[in-house]
Amino acid sequence: MLRFITRRLLIAVPILLGVTIVTFGFANLAPGDPLSALVRPGSDIKGQDIERLKEALGLNKPVHERYVTWLGQIARGNLGVEIVGGGSIAKALTKRIPNTIKLMGTALTISVVMGVLLGVLSAFRQHSKLDKAMTVVVISGISLPPYLLAILAIYFLAVVPFQLFGIKLLPAGGLEDPVSTLPPLIDELWHLILPALVLAFAGTATFLRYTRASVLEVMRQDHVTTARSKGLAERRVRARHVLRNALLPVVTVLGLSLPSLIVGAIFVETLFSWPGVGQYAIEATREHDYPAIMAVGLLTSVVIIVSNLITDVTYAFVDPRIRVR
Amino acid sequence: MTAGLPPTTASEVDAPIWQPSSDLMAHKARSPRQLAWRRFRRNQLAILALGVISALAVIAILAPLIAPFDPTEVDRKAFGKPPSLEHLLGTDRSGRDVLSRLMHGARVSLSVGVVAVTIYLVIGITLGSLAGYRRGLTDAIIGRVTDTVMSFPGLIIILAVVPIVGRSPLNIMIVIGLLNWPAVTRLVRGEFLSLREREFTLAARGIGARDRRIILRHILPNVTGPLVVLASFGMAEAMIVEAGLSVLGLGIQPPDASWGGDLQAATDVGVLTQKPWLWMAPGAAIAIAVLSINFIGDGLRDALDPRAIVGRR
Repeated sequence: MLRFITRRLLIAVPILLGVTIVTFGFANLAPGDPLSALVRPGSDIKGQDIERLKEALGLNKPVHERYVTWLGQIARGNLGVEIVGGGSIAKALTKRIPNTIKLMGTALTISVVMGVLLGVLSAFRQHSKLDKAMTVVVISGISLPPYLLAILAIYFLAVVPFQLFGIKLLPAGGLEDPVSTLPPLIDELWHLILPALVLAFAGTATFLRYTRASVLEVMRQDHVTTARSKGLAERRVRARHVLRNALLPVVTVLGLSLPSLIVGAIFVETLFSWPGVGQYAIEATREHDYPAIMAVGLLTSVVIIVSNLITDVTYAFVDPRIRVR
Repeated sequence: MTAGLPPTTASEVDAPIWQPSSDLMAHKARSPRQLAWRRFRRNQLAILALGVISALAVIAILAPLIAPFDPTEVDRKAFGKPPSLEHLLGTDRSGRDVLSRLMHGARVSLSVGVVAVTIYLVIGITLGSLAGYRRGLTDAIIGRVTDTVMSFPGLIIILAVVPIVGRSPLNIMIVIGLLNWPAVTRLVRGEFLSLREREFTLAARGIGARDRRIILRHILPNVTGPLVVLASFGMAEAMIVEAGLSVLGLGIQPPDASWGGDLQAATDVGVLTQKPWLWMAPGAAIAIAVLSINFIGDGLRDALDPRAIVGRR
C-alpha cells in the first residue's frame, strides 16, 4: 500500500511541473505580451519608457530565467500582483475561495446524492418507465450547457414569477441581499439554491450514468447468482451483495467529475454574479491580466491533481485488486 | 453451443440486443458496417436526431441563399421588435433579423464542431498509436504529456489564449482542437496495447509487413468504432465550449452571427426580462443541435459497440 502511494506521488511531481510549464508558456509565449495590456493604445507611454517598464517587470530576461524566477515565487506562495489594479492575487483568491467551495461543495453533494440514488433505482428497475426517463436526464445532463441552464433558471424561476405575480421566488444572483429582512443564514441559503442546482445538474447525470452501469454490471456477476440461489431474499442480495460492490467504482467518478464541475462553476459564477474564483478568472481574462489567469490556472490544476491522487489512493484502499497494477 | 442455431422466430431476428446467432446466421452475409447500420436504425431517437442534424447542415450550407435577410443588415424601422410576419423570429436591438442570424450561426457552430474534432482526432490518433505500438520510453513520455494536459482545465487556457490570438472562429477551432486530444490518445493507446499482441498483428508481422502498414491497415481500423462514438460526443462538447466563450463575451461577437454570441444578449437584464425572443431562439438552437448530436452519439455507441449495451442500453 505504501509503495502504491509513493509511486502515485512520484508520478504527480512531473505532471505538476508540466502544468507550471504549460501555464507559464501559454501566458508568456502567446503573441501580445502582458505589457500590451498595461500600455493601452493611445497612451503616452512610448519607446524608452516601455523598455524601462520591461526591465522593472523582468520581462527583458530570457524565457527560461523568467520561468525559474516565477516558479521560485510560486513555491513561496507568492502568486504575484494583478497587472490591472496592482492588488495581491493571493489575497483576492483567499477572499473568493470560500465562496467557490460553498457553491461547488453544495452542488457536488446534491449531484452525488441524487445521482447515486436515481442510478440505483434506475438499475434495479431496468427497462421501467423510471429507467427510460433517466436516460433522458442523462442525455440532457451532457447536452444542456451550464450557461443555458443558468439563463433559463434565472428567467423562469426568478424573473417570470416576479413579472407575472410580483413574487420574489428566488434571487437572480449574488451572494446575499444587503438589505434583506431575513436572518443572514436563510438569506444566504436562499441565494445559494439556484446556482447550486444549476451547477449540480450535469454532475447528477454523470453519477447517475456510472452508478446505473456499475449496478447492472455487478448484478450479472456469479456471486450475485450464488447469493440468490442459496435462497437469500432479493432485498438482502441487493443491499449486501450488489450495492456494496457496485458503489465502490463510483468513488473514482468523484475525481473524474471535478474538471467539468470547475468549468461549470466558471459559467455559473459569472452568470449569477457569484463572487468566486471562476468569476475572478473571467474578470482577469477580460482585462488581459495574465498573472491572475496563471494563478487561477495553476490553482485549479493543483486541485485536480491532488484530488486525482486522493481518489486513486482511496480506491486502492477500499479495493485491494487495484494495488496490483 | 446455442450460438450456432439459426433464428427460428421473427422476434428473435428483430431482437433489440445484438446476438451473434441471429446476425451471423442470417440468410445473407452482411458486412460489419451493414450490421451496425441495422442496429443504429432501430434507435428511433437517433434516427430523428440524424434528420435534425442533416437539416441543420443543409441550412448552414445554404444560409446565404435561403436566409430572408443579410445577418448583419440593419432594419431601421425595427429595433428589438418581437416576432412578426416580416421578421419571423423578431429583430435584435440593432435591428438585425434574428432568424437570418440563426441560419448563419449554424455555419459557425457546426464547423467549429467538425474542425475542432478533426484536429484533435489527428493529434490523438497519431500520439496514441505511437505510444501503444512502440511502448517503452515513447509511451512513458507521451503518457506524462497526456496526463499533464488532462489535469489542466482546458477552458482556462482557452480563456487566456483566445483573446490574444484573436476571436475568429478558426482560432477557436484550433485552440479547442489543441487541448482535447488526451482522451483520444488514451483510448487509441489502450486499444493498440491489446491489439498489437493479437494473432492477426503477429501474422502481418510474420509475412513481413512494416510497422506503418501494420498500424494503418491492421490495427487502426479496429479502433474506428469507439473513435466515431468519441468524435460525435466531442463535436457536441466543442460546440458547447465555443458558444460558451461567446456567451461570456470572449468568443465570436455581434455583428458577426453565432449562436453563442446572440445568446450573450441574455446577460443584459433588459433583454433577459423584456425581450426573451432574442435569447430564447439561439438558446433553443444550441440545445437542439447539441441534444441531436448526443442522441446520434448514443445510437452509434449501441450500434458500434455491442458489448456496451448491457451497461448503457
